[in-house]
Amino acid sequence: MSPPHKSAVFLERRAYQKRRMRDLARGVPVFGAVLWSIPLLWQQGDAGGQGTQNSAAVVYIFVVWIILIVLAALISRAVRSDREQPPDVKNG
Amino acid sequence: MAKRVLLIEDEPNIIEAISFILSRDGWTVHTHENGETAMTKVRAFPPDLIILDVMLPGRSGFDILRDLRGDDETAQTPVMMLTARGQSKDRELALRLGANHFMTKPFSNAEVRDNVRALMEA
Amino acid sequence: MVSFNILVAVALSYVALLFSVAFYAERKADQGRGAWLYSPIVYTLSLSIYCTAWTFYGAVGYAARSGLEFVTIYLGPTIVLVGWWWVLRRLVRIGRAQRITSIADLISSRFGKSKSLGVIVTILAVVAATPYIALQLQSVTLSFAVFAEAGGQPWGADKLNGGAIAVAIGLAIFTVFFGTRNLDANERHHGIVMAIAVEAVVKLFALLAVGAFVVWGIAGGPSQILAQIDASPISQWEQDGARWVGLIFVSGAAFICLPRMFQVLVVENVDERHLNIAGWAFPTYLMLMSLFVVPIAVVGLAILPEGANPDLFVLTVPLSQGRDGLAMFSFLGGFSSATSMVIVSTIALATMVSNHIVVPIWLRVQAGAGAKMSGDVRSVILLARRLSIGGILALGYLYFRVSGGGTALAAIGLVSFSGAVQVLPVLIGGVFWRGATRIGAAMGLITGFLVWGWTLFLPSFGAGAFISETVMAQGPFSIYWLRPTALFGIDGMDALVHGIVWSMLLNALMFFLGSVFSFPTPMERLQGAQFVNVFDYSTGSASRHTDAADAEDLLIMSQRIMGGTEAQAFFQAEAMSQGKSGYLPDVTSHFIERLERELAGSVGAATAHAMMGPLTDGHGMSVEDLIAVADEAAQILEYSNQLEAKSAEQEHTARALRTANEKLTVLSVQKDAFLSQISHELRTPMTSIRSFSEILRDGEMTPAEQERYAGIIHDETLRLTRLLDDLLDLSVLANGQVTLQDQSGDLKGLIDRAVSVAGGDTEGLRILRNPSSEALGVRTDLDRLGQVFINLITNARKYCDADAPQLRIKVGRVSGHYCIDFIDNGSGILAENQALIFEKFARVSDEQKAGSAGLGLAICREIMQRLGGQISYLPGQGGAAFRVVLPPAAILAIR
Repeated sequence: MSPPHKSAVFLERRAYQKRRMRDLARGVPVFGAVLWSIPLLWQQGDAGGQGTQNSAAVVYIFVVWIILIVLAALISRAVRSDREQPPDVKNG
Repeated sequence: MAKRVLLIEDEPNIIEAISFILSRDGWTVHTHENGETAMTKVRAFPPDLIILDVMLPGRSGFDILRDLRGDDETAQTPVMMLTARGQSKDRELALRLGANHFMTKPFSNAEVRDNVRALMEA
Repeated sequence: MVSFNILVAVALSYVALLFSVAFYAERKADQGRGAWLYSPIVYTLSLSIYCTAWTFYGAVGYAARSGLEFVTIYLGPTIVLVGWWWVLRRLVRIGRAQRITSIADLISSRFGKSKSLGVIVTILAVVAATPYIALQLQSVTLSFAVFAEAGGQPWGADKLNGGAIAVAIGLAIFTVFFGTRNLDANERHHGIVMAIAVEAVVKLFALLAVGAFVVWGIAGGPSQILAQIDASPISQWEQDGARWVGLIFVSGAAFICLPRMFQVLVVENVDERHLNIAGWAFPTYLMLMSLFVVPIAVVGLAILPEGANPDLFVLTVPLSQGRDGLAMFSFLGGFSSATSMVIVSTIALATMVSNHIVVPIWLRVQAGAGAKMSGDVRSVILLARRLSIGGILALGYLYFRVSGGGTALAAIGLVSFSGAVQVLPVLIGGVFWRGATRIGAAMGLITGFLVWGWTLFLPSFGAGAFISETVMAQGPFSIYWLRPTALFGIDGMDALVHGIVWSMLLNALMFFLGSVFSFPTPMERLQGAQFVNVFDYSTGSASRHTDAADAEDLLIMSQRIMGGTEAQAFFQAEAMSQGKSGYLPDVTSHFIERLERELAGSVGAATAHAMMGPLTDGHGMSVEDLIAVADEAAQILEYSNQLEAKSAEQEHTARALRTANEKLTVLSVQKDAFLSQISHELRTPMTSIRSFSEILRDGEMTPAEQERYAGIIHDETLRLTRLLDDLLDLSVLANGQVTLQDQSGDLKGLIDRAVSVAGGDTEGLRILRNPSSEALGVRTDLDRLGQVFINLITNARKYCDADAPQLRIKVGRVSGHYCIDFIDNGSGILAENQALIFEKFARVSDEQKAGSAGLGLAICREIMQRLGGQISYLPGQGGAAFRVVLPPAAILAIR
C-alpha cells in the first residue's frame, strides 16, 4: 500500500509534519473542553459570598475562548482539508 | 382398331425413335412435347397407354402422372415413365405415384416394344 | 420617543433591504458572477443562524437570572467548530459526496436510503423545532410590544397575536419566494444565504453597539463593569456542574443536529475549505456575541426597576437612557436573529417534510397512474415545499397561541435543543461505524424520541397540561420508576440534565444493540462503506456547483458502463447538438433521458432508470453513488462479458460447424444435382444413338430413312463430344489449370470471327453492329474471349424467341471500362432467374433445345474471370442482354 517515494527524505519530513499538524487540529477541541471543565472545580457561591467571583470567571472563560480561536486560526493554515488523507487515519 | 399410344417427350430424336419402333409394332402413336398442355391432350385424345418423360418443358412428368391418376378417366390407363436422370429415387417416386413401368434412358428398342406389349395385354 | 409607526416603517424597509439583497444575490448567482457568494466569510456568517432571538434577547435574561450558565450555549458550538477536523469535515464531505439535502436525508441515505428513518427524523425535527419557531415569533412580537409600550400604547394579547400572525405570514412569503425559487439539486439558496449573512452582521453589531454603550457609556469602562459584576446579584459562581457540562454537550451536539444548522453547515456549503476559516471565525463571532451579555445584564439589573423583564434588557436599557436610535438598531438585531432562524429552519424542515413524507406518498399514489414525468415530480416537490413552509410556520404560530406566549415558552429553547440532539448517536455512529444498521438507528431514534418526549417535552408544557400532576409525582399507573423527572427512581437530578442523560443513554444503547443484533441490507452496507470511508471515495476539491462538473461525473460514470470511446463519442455528439464544443453537454432533462436510454443498452432499462432516476428527481443518490454502482455493474458486466465471450466462442464454433455442415449439405445436393444433370445430358443423346443404331441394324428401311437415321446418330455423337468438351473445359477453367495465351488483335476482327463461327448474320438471327465503335486494339487470350462471344451469339440464336430475332452488339465505355453488350430482341430472362443463369446446368426453363447442356454461360463466366474482366446479365434492355466487361489491361489503343 505504500506509495512510491521520490526524493524521500524531504517529502517524508513534510508529510510527517503535516500529520502532526492534524494531530494538533484534533487536539484543540479536547484542550478547550478540558479548560472549560475547570469551572467544575470552582467554589460554589453561597450566601456568605465565599465562592468564585463571576467577574474573574468571565475573564477566564473569555481568555480561554480567545486562546482557542487563535490556536484554531493558526492551525487552519497548516492543515488543509482538501489534501489527501494519510492512510493511517482513513477510518477515523 | 389399333391401340393408341400417347408419347409425351420433348427430345425430337427420341420421339422419332420411339414412334418408329411402336408404329412398326402396330400401335398408333401420338406425340406431345409440352408438359403444361399434356393433360389437355390426354383428355382430347384418350390413349390406351401413355409413355411419359420425367423432364418436360413447363411441367414435370411426375406432376402429370399425379393428375392422370387423380382423374377417373385416366386412373386406369397404363403409364410407362422414361427418365434420363437414372436415379433410384425417381423410380421409387414414379412407382409410388402409380406408374406401371419405369424405364431409364438409354433403352433398347426391344425393351420399349416388349414393355408396351406387356402393358397393353395386361 | 420613537413612534411605533416609525419603528414599523424601519422594520419594513429593513425587510425590503433583505429582499433586495436576496434578489441581487440570486441574480448574480444565476449569471454565474457571484464568486463572492462563495466566500468563506458568507459561509461563516450564515452559521450565525445559530444565534436566534432566544440568544439575542434571551442570553441577557438568562445571565440576569442564572449568571454565566448562558455561555454554555456558545461554548459547545465553539468546541465543535475548533474541532472541525473531527466531525464537521466528515459531515461536509459526506454531504457533498452524497448530495445530502437535509439531516433526515443523511440518516436515511446512510442506512440504505431507508424511507422510514427519513420519516422518523423528519417528525422528530418538526416536533422539536416547532416550539422554537414559536419562540422566535414571540420574541419579535414582544420587541414590538416594548416599543408600543414605550410609545404609550401598550399591546394587549390580541395585538400580540396579530403581530405574530403578521410576522409569520411575512416570513412565509420571504421563505417561499427565495427558498423554493428553484429546485437546485444541491439545495443551495444563494439569496437566502446572502440575506442571512447581512442579518448576521446586523445582529452582531447591534449587540456590540448596545454592549459598548453599556460598558463605556453607562458603566464607564471595562474595570468598572467588572466591579459592577462583583456588586450585582450574579456576582458569585453558582453554577451547577452537571448543567454546565450537560449544556455544553447539548449545545455542541445541537449545533450539528439542528436541521437549520445542518442546512447551513453542510447543505449550503459550497466549498469544503470554508470550514477551515469558519473553524476559528465562527467561534470569534460567538465570542463577540456573548462578550457583552453579562455587562448588559448587570447594568440592566442595576438601572432598571425591579420586575423589568431581563429578556428585553437589550431593548429596554437603551430606551431607558433615551437612546432611541440604538434601541432601534438593537430591535433590528433581534428581528434579524428571529427571522433568519425561522427562514432557514423552515426551509430545512420543509425540505425534509416534502422529500421524506409528501413526495413519497405522492409517488406511491401516482405509481398506479403510469409513467411519471420528471417535470411533474419537480412541480410536485416545489408545491410540497411551499405548502410545508406554510404548514410549519402555521404550526409555530399555533404553538405560540396554544402555549399562551408566556414564560413557559422561554424554557422550551433547551428542551428543543435536547430533542434535536436525539439524532446525534445515529449521526455520529452512522458516519464513523460501519456496523450501524437501519434497525439499530430506528430503535435508537424512537427510544430517544420517546424518552425525550416523556421526560422533557411533555413536562415542558407545565404540570397538568399533558401529564397530570399525579403522574408527575407518582409515575404513570403509579409505576414509580417511570416518573418523568426521575426515571428508574433516581430523584434529585436537574430535570433537564436528567432528561438529556437518560434519553441519550437509552438512545445510544438501543442504537448500539439494535445494530449489533441486526444484519444490514446490501444497500445499507454499500452506503455505510461510502459514508464511513468517505475520504477514500471522494475528493474535496473545488466546489461543484456548475452543470459542467456534473456532466463530467456523468461522463466518468458512463465511461465505466459504456466504455471510454463510446461514452466520449456520445457526450461529444450531445454537446455538439447543444451547440457546444468539447465533451461536456449541459445536463438538460433531454440529455439525461437520452443518456439513460444509452445506458439502458449496457445495463438494462431498469438499472439505467434506477441510476438516472435520482438525478432527474433532483435528490437521492449522488453521482459518486452512481459511480460506485457503476463500478459494481461494470464488474458484473465484465464477468458476464467473460461468460458471454466464452459462450460466444462456443457459439461461434458451433455456428462455423453448422455453416460448414450446411455448405457440405448444399455441396452434396449440388453434386447430386450435377451428376443427375450430367447423367441426363449424356443419356439423352445416348438414347437416340442406341435407338437408331438398333433400328439401322434391324434393317428393313428405305435408303432415305437409313441416311436420315445415320445423320441423327452422327449429330448426337457430335452433341456428346461437345458436351464432354465443355465439361472438360469448365473443369480446367474452374481448377485454374488453363494456360492463357498472350495475343493481340483488334476487337472488330474478333467479333467478325465469332459471328461467322456462330452461324453468321442470317435470317435466323440478324446481327446489328457499329463497326466504328469496335475499332479497338485488345491484348488478351483472344481465343478465349472469342469463345465467350461465340457462346453469347449462339445463345441468342438458340433462345431468342422474337419473330425476327436480332442481336445488337454494342461496344462502349462505362465508368472507364470497355464493355461489349449483346442484346437480343427476345423476351429476356425473368428477374428471379438472372442470378442463376451463370450456374452450371442452369435451366432457366426446360425449353432447352438439343445440343445445349447449359454449360455455356458458366464457361463464359469462368473465362472472363480468368481474363480479369467480367460478364453479367444486363437487365432492362428489352431482351436478353449480356455485358462483357473487358479487363483494363486488355485495351491497347483505339484503332
